[in-house]
Amino acid sequence: MSENADAGAKGASDGAVPAAWEPVIGLEIHVQLATATKMFCGCELSFGERPNTHTCAVCLGLPGSLPVANARAVHFGLMIGLALGSELAPRSIFHRKNYFYPDLPKGYQISQYEEPLCRGGRLGDVRIHRVHLEEDAAKLIHVGASGRIHGSDASVVDFNRGGTPLAEIVTEPDLRSPEQCSEWLKLLRTTLRQLGVSDVNMEEGSLRCDANVSVRPAGARELGTKAELKNMNSFRYLERGIRAEIARQVEVLQRGGEVVQETLHYDPASDRLTSLRSKEEAHDYRYFPEPDLIPVAIDERMLARARAELPELPAARAERFQRQLGLSRESAQLLAFRAELGDYLEAALAAGAEPEPPPQALANWVSGELAGRLDEGADPASSRVTAAALAALVGLVSAKRVSVGAARQVLDKLVTEGGEDPAAIIEREGLAALDGGEELAAVVAAALDANADAAERVRAGNEKAIGPIIGTVMRETKGRADGGEVRRLVREQLGI
Amino acid sequence: MIERSEVLAVARLARLELSEEELEPMARELSTVLDHIATIRQLDLTGVAPTSHVVDVTGALRPDEPRPCLPREVALAQAPAVSADGFLVPSPQA
Amino acid sequence: MSAGDILELSASAAAAAVDSGELSARELFETYRVRAAADRDAGIEGLNCFTWVADEVPAEAPPAPLHGVPIAIKDLFCVEGVPSQAGSRILEGYRPPYTASSVSRLREAGACLLAKTNQDEFAMGSSNENSAFGPVLNPWDRARVPGGSSGGSAAAVAAGLAPWALGTDTGGSIRQPAALCGIVGMKPTYGTVSRYGMIAFASSLDQAGPLTRDVSDAALMLRHMSGRDACDATSLHSASVEPPSARRLDGLRLGVPEELAGEGIEAGVLECCRSTLSLAEGLGADVAEVRLPHAPHALAAYYVLAPAEASSNLARFDGVRYGLRAEADDLLAMYTRTRHDGFGPEVKRRIMLGTYALSSGYYEAYYGRAQRVRTKIAEDFAAAFQSVDYIVSPTSPTVAFKLGERTSDPLSMYLSDYCTVPMSLAGIPAISIPCGLSDGLPVGLQLAGPALSDSRLLDAAHALEQAIEFDPRAARV
Repeated sequence: MSENADAGAKGASDGAVPAAWEPVIGLEIHVQLATATKMFCGCELSFGERPNTHTCAVCLGLPGSLPVANARAVHFGLMIGLALGSELAPRSIFHRKNYFYPDLPKGYQISQYEEPLCRGGRLGDVRIHRVHLEEDAAKLIHVGASGRIHGSDASVVDFNRGGTPLAEIVTEPDLRSPEQCSEWLKLLRTTLRQLGVSDVNMEEGSLRCDANVSVRPAGARELGTKAELKNMNSFRYLERGIRAEIARQVEVLQRGGEVVQETLHYDPASDRLTSLRSKEEAHDYRYFPEPDLIPVAIDERMLARARAELPELPAARAERFQRQLGLSRESAQLLAFRAELGDYLEAALAAGAEPEPPPQALANWVSGELAGRLDEGADPASSRVTAAALAALVGLVSAKRVSVGAARQVLDKLVTEGGEDPAAIIEREGLAALDGGEELAAVVAAALDANADAAERVRAGNEKAIGPIIGTVMRETKGRADGGEVRRLVREQLGI
Repeated sequence: MIERSEVLAVARLARLELSEEELEPMARELSTVLDHIATIRQLDLTGVAPTSHVVDVTGALRPDEPRPCLPREVALAQAPAVSADGFLVPSPQA
Repeated sequence: MSAGDILELSASAAAAAVDSGELSARELFETYRVRAAADRDAGIEGLNCFTWVADEVPAEAPPAPLHGVPIAIKDLFCVEGVPSQAGSRILEGYRPPYTASSVSRLREAGACLLAKTNQDEFAMGSSNENSAFGPVLNPWDRARVPGGSSGGSAAAVAAGLAPWALGTDTGGSIRQPAALCGIVGMKPTYGTVSRYGMIAFASSLDQAGPLTRDVSDAALMLRHMSGRDACDATSLHSASVEPPSARRLDGLRLGVPEELAGEGIEAGVLECCRSTLSLAEGLGADVAEVRLPHAPHALAAYYVLAPAEASSNLARFDGVRYGLRAEADDLLAMYTRTRHDGFGPEVKRRIMLGTYALSSGYYEAYYGRAQRVRTKIAEDFAAAFQSVDYIVSPTSPTVAFKLGERTSDPLSMYLSDYCTVPMSLAGIPAISIPCGLSDGLPVGLQLAGPALSDSRLLDAAHALEQAIEFDPRAARV
């Protein structure tokens, strides 16, 4: 018995995968390259302009027109390959993928097939299968009330997008969970953004992700039958779509059924997967080498240029943060994979604050305290808190010139009001740390009086009882006191 | 002789309607030509590389520089059916 | 200058006459325009050479090397605003918004567009009987075909309806009609002339070239349209074509491949070619036998590769952006009916053949093998050119055949390309020159050289042409 997704496609999105089953996932990512012009003609890329205003004889597929490949698209392809550690083909060729569809003006898509630009490679824990160049299809706008494919009787073709250069990145089936897919795709997005080869915006379609999902009994080596998931145009939908498909396949397999190889379309509105079984016959793309284009020959000069433009990439940066700054692995990755946080950290370290903040403490303040006070995903560099101010603040904290609690108050001020000099805010607000002097000793003495019972218990060896005493001190000092110093004074005054 | 069903399948791939009267002659003519072509099956071509291009050109890439687009009305002028915005087609899944 | 005198001029001579002031460009153009328009208006009662004729003399242009000499071009070359439908119903009424690079170059050199010429639909045919505009008739004998697919171009030049014409050659589509009409036709090295704006038949084989009264004209036209074009990735940086001047062939070795000079070639054609080879020896050439062992398989390989590419090239004719559309409620029916109604029988046959050859399960047996045969054929030529300078053969196995004679048997039609297809597969230059008559009909001799030898190939053809002294006048209308 075999089953396809239409039979009760509602995904059990919430269910965890039973331990007896292992999901196996590979991703196919289409990235629109940020060139000035299209893949095979001189039309400028379109960003929401009026339909059919960015076309020419080539991208309309007029009779007699010929494609010529965009040098920068090849250059971007090489940068991607270098960044992923791929093997770059000295000669790669374009093929024609033949099929009829109104968004495909020539009746074929020019794409790389047998000899892609890049083979192999790795990003994070995931191996790359290949990277190749191709042209995007045009946009088919379905006329009719629903705005959806089914149920409308006519469509309008807009060729503005047609011919936009795409890099297709195909992974090996190395991913094991929806969350891992989404995390890894974020890493890829950051990497591509760092490279400057694409806008990588999922909502706008410059980053598109399909997933090949299969499930196998835990411990099995053989892969199960896969389904291809399309149209998951956000990280959230990617996770939800994959989760729903895993749940569906597990359910089919647990009932003793068989998964059918098919293409599924994820509809976020209903959280449903719909089979795209068309009325057409099985695809037979009749690939053959594109006779209008010659092989792309990569020479040393092109490689050198691609290498020269390669920025430091997230994985390398994380490694450097660990090695050079002594950051923990987790912290290094957090800051490197969100490039704007990493950039901010480096700017703060370079600010020359006195006293000098230790890198790990500064990293924690950037990714924790500061990022936590900003909108999710915001770039701290565009906040009111300058890197120099944060560095100075963390330097004061580390030198115990201001307590952590007081520093948080200072940061609140910096976030809302800005300002270059945290020391001035500390001074103005009276937030300077109470050092081990008489003022703090007096406050501690008063706190011991006020918490006499607790003081007795501490003296009797109950360490936990110290909490309320310290709490009182902190309240009285408005957080200016250093917790460790207070603890020391309590024990001193209790004679233990 | 190429099968009738095969002719129909190929015609569908090629998006060509073949009427009942066209079908039989097409099958016959294709068979004749395919029989002639079959002579290359007798050749020993092991180890021979395929030729896709006879020219030896390299570096024929285009600089990423914009060139003028066609005015919208020119792009649409030759189309059999247009709407205000673009080329009108029967919906793929109607 | 009288109209009769004007018609006697080759294109080169006409350009010179305009340059010297003996003749005005306007008078030259109008003389031909009137004749071409008359043939167009006569339709099948004339030779049916043209699909479109200019309706006025072009405006005075600044002086340029071709001095306003009128040119007829094959319908499949796109010219902005001028009907360009490659002889097909599916492009009925189509007027391209841009002009082919080759045509632009000829215009920049001073040529003026006289007319578009009739052709086999999408250049598929060897008789010019596959045109939406009806057949072209051979000016030597109106009951016979002019050859194809550049039949309109060849007939127009032979009949004196145009001084010269531009055609395309995929498997012999310039050389074979040139031979059947008694004129000069050349397929340059693949990549010499830009393909941009040529409505494609088979991209890896298509090549534009001249159809002219003599070899000097062919050189002149090629000179003004060859060279690298940024719009065609497969175009070449080629050396400039120099005017041919040779009168002798001293020290040159001509190779005659037995594979192209024996079985299947008409006796009268062979006889003509043999006597021309004797002339060549008289001019100082050495004639030797060479082998092209895979040439007999060229036709089979060609009839896989060319239809395969064509099946893909013609997929764009889908009724969406231009040309014919058959109305239908659903997309599939719109596609299939549009293509059913728009394409003629030969085009359909080749689309079917090519689709079959590329389809899953057959690719390696057909397309893959044909590509390997292509390699062997190129190697055969390379080996032959180790021992000879040029390869000589008949251009067509027969003289012009009768209208309708081969239409019912595609394979017999395809055999018309037997001698021309090997050079196409190898991408090498080849020229057909008239070398005599057989039963009162012209016979063409084909000379082929190594890639990029175009200029010296023209030189050798020129020397032979001078010795042959072919009289073309019987074809003039």
